Amino acid sequence: MIDWRYRLAEHRGTLIALALFLVMFAIYVANHPAGFTANVVNTAANKGVLLALVAMAQTLVVLTAGIDLSVGSIFILTNCLASYIVAGSPMMVALGVLGVLATGIVCGAINGLIVIYGRLQPIVATIATGAIYFGIALWLRPFPGGADDFSSDLADALTSQLPGGIPASLVTLVVIVLVIWVPFSRSPVGRAAYATGSSEVAAYMSGVPIKSAKFAAYTLAGLLAAIGGLFLTFFTYSGEASAANGATYTLYSIAAVVLGGVSLFGGVGSAIGAIFGAFAFRTIGDLLFVFDLEPLWQPLFQGVVLLVAVSLGAARLFQIRNRLDLFG
Amino acid sequence: MTDQVPLFRMEGVSKRYGGVRALEKADLVVHGGRVHAILGENGAGKSTLIKIMAGVVAPDEGRMLFRGSEVTFPDPASANAAGIVCIFQELSLIPDLSVADNIVISNPPTTFGMIDRRAQRRIAEEALARAGGEDIHPMAPVKDLPLSRRQIVEIAKALARRPSILILDEATSALTAADVSKVFDVLRRLRTEGLALLYISHRMHEIAEIADECTVFRNGRNVATYAAGAKTDNEVVELMIGREYRSVFPDKPPVAPEDRKPVIEVRNLSWTDRLRGVSLVARPGEVVGLGGLDGQGQRELLLALFGVLKGVSGEVLVDGEPVSIGGPSAAKSKRIGMALIPEDRKTEGLMLPMSVRDNLSLAALDRLSHFGVIDRAAERSAVGEMIRLLDIRTAGTAIPVGALSGGNQQKVVIAKWLMVTPRIILLNDPTRGIDVGTKQEIYQLLRKLADSGAAILFYSTDYDELIGCCDRVLVLYDGAIRRTLVGNEITERALVASALNIATNEEGPGLRPAVRG
Repeated sequence: MIDWRYRLAEHRGTLIALALFLVMFAIYVANHPAGFTANVVNTAANKGVLLALVAMAQTLVVLTAGIDLSVGSIFILTNCLASYIVAGSPMMVALGVLGVLATGIVCGAINGLIVIYGRLQPIVATIATGAIYFGIALWLRPFPGGADDFSSDLADALTSQLPGGIPASLVTLVVIVLVIWVPFSRSPVGRAAYATGSSEVAAYMSGVPIKSAKFAAYTLAGLLAAIGGLFLTFFTYSGEASAANGATYTLYSIAAVVLGGVSLFGGVGSAIGAIFGAFAFRTIGDLLFVFDLEPLWQPLFQGVVLLVAVSLGAARLFQIRNRLDLFG
Repeated sequence: MTDQVPLFRMEGVSKRYGGVRALEKADLVVHGGRVHAILGENGAGKSTLIKIMAGVVAPDEGRMLFRGSEVTFPDPASANAAGIVCIFQELSLIPDLSVADNIVISNPPTTFGMIDRRAQRRIAEEALARAGGEDIHPMAPVKDLPLSRRQIVEIAKALARRPSILILDEATSALTAADVSKVFDVLRRLRTEGLALLYISHRMHEIAEIADECTVFRNGRNVATYAAGAKTDNEVVELMIGREYRSVFPDKPPVAPEDRKPVIEVRNLSWTDRLRGVSLVARPGEVVGLGGLDGQGQRELLLALFGVLKGVSGEVLVDGEPVSIGGPSAAKSKRIGMALIPEDRKTEGLMLPMSVRDNLSLAALDRLSHFGVIDRAAERSAVGEMIRLLDIRTAGTAIPVGALSGGNQQKVVIAKWLMVTPRIILLNDPTRGIDVGTKQEIYQLLRKLADSGAAILFYSTDYDELIGCCDRVLVLYDGAIRRTLVGNEITERALVASALNIATNEEGPGLRPAVRG
């Protein structure tokens, strides 16, 4: 049986991202003054989960050979919204959470409908909708702030440590993967998303439901970005319509997706790879911290790591003996 | 033996694209348990006909009856659901997905809304076995398979949908003779199971072998339907082209004298394990064929000469002097003067959205420009000359080349390279999926080019072409030239025999090539 070889090849990108993260995290922990303690892990997990959620959102759209430049704005918009409505009695909090998630779904669905029926290129459509979503966020929270009766109980429960020192945020992320990503990737509509990204013409000719696939991808991307926004609120207890934050998360999500072995041409990769990509990308900042470098260096190092990782991924090009394969 | 109500009937169906009538009041009757061949030149309406049947395009008028009741297909999925499945000439496989994923793509088996991978694997293995592709691993990514294997996957994928009408549009054009006979066994079995098979091919002997009845299309109309074997090949071709038909192939000149100085000489060319010590010469005025089974290194040989492959060992001499060709731009330089007509015109030959003019002048831009600026007038006259020379049927030079028919697209690819007036012309299966009329024009053009002093290396999977066009044929096997056939030695029997002879040769590669002739 040579099945395992095909399996390995299929998950190569994800495994490389995992290895990259493990190496970087090991260096970080080894040099951290406190060492491998529950607190260090929890802090790292909390920071990583935010980007991981937005990167998952980005993955879904990138798989269909699209790109979503509004994920950062949805993330910020839902953060601002959550800072108002996730408050009060447990009942109100539950409704608030649902409201935040529904907002993300609606934002994603709008993106999907514009791309599918408006026939706009995803990059243009999501720049436009992203600006609108950010505008709404700014209208909600012209100044940073939070509700007086913000549900800090729920926030603390989801950002602290479970018994045994396991970060609650990490457990939540695993649950989200199991509830959203795994069913999606194994469902016919997920298969259709891969097919659409790999070759839209062949997918159409095969009778694949391209429209449902794209709609599902954009809508779930909105939902995942909203979960990210919710978590941001849990960490900060407040909402802030920060343009810089939105843009950073959008760009970093693309970086994480690439690090995670997801092809920007579509059809190849997995959200799990993107999660490891996100954690690896986040660890760069932590490494600078333990090596006592100025935080100002962070963008430069992140750029270098991204370039190196992408170059390693492209190393196979040196083995190509047929130049036509360079363009495949 | 035909059943009372036909399985499928099309009445008065028309389709226009802009001002062009692709299909004009076409009728077609399809019965179960029969192989129905559709013949016609490119642009005769065959593709439009099957696209309408498969739900890819909607007809302007007319109606379709399936099992006696009227149907409309707004998209391919609804045609599939009705049981009409088409294997298109342009492959419809998804490159990044695995073979099994592709086979079940239209209707994956699910349990609780998720794809059941075990069931998928079982369906894929079963379909592959039915299509004669037991050697293909269901988990292999499609993009790693060679073209002929992909075609088998394509057939397996169609069978997995349990069709009642299976349309094969040039489905065998990428297959070797051995694979074709396997596919034919499959088709015969499907016929006994009661399926209706619509078979579109430009290979006359395949139609003679498999078809029960034939319908000929010309200019968008069905001009004749007859029982297979009721007409001679010449009569059929006359029906197709609507004019009297003489020999497809131009006369060959006497075999070129051995003492003529070769334009290109290749010594001991090797590349990875795909080319093993290939040596050949081509003289001006010669058409040298490359034969053998598909995938024996013919394509790699042409790419190696054109400078596309890295790490090639051996020597290439042009006009008796050693040269090293670093890539296509070096190959086309005045000093070497080489052109390669690629196999896949859509990806390697043309920029489909760009205009006919831009495509034609692309390779020759350095000759048409002064100080880095394109001389529009020179370009216009050169392009016009090529369109006349090759009789390219286009509504203008500014329309996108993707709007032309397949045969005319291929003419544009050839014309593009003729603009650089090459002395060495490499052709990689240039007539695949092209109608008889255009083929004939291409053969004549090849001979004309040879007569004007070019040396031509011509790889073809069609034995008739090698026999009809070539002065010499080099038969390749496992990356080495195993036999050379000259002049009258080039017969179908000799070509097949040398390929089979070699194929059953247990001594395998590494032996000294048995060059004769």
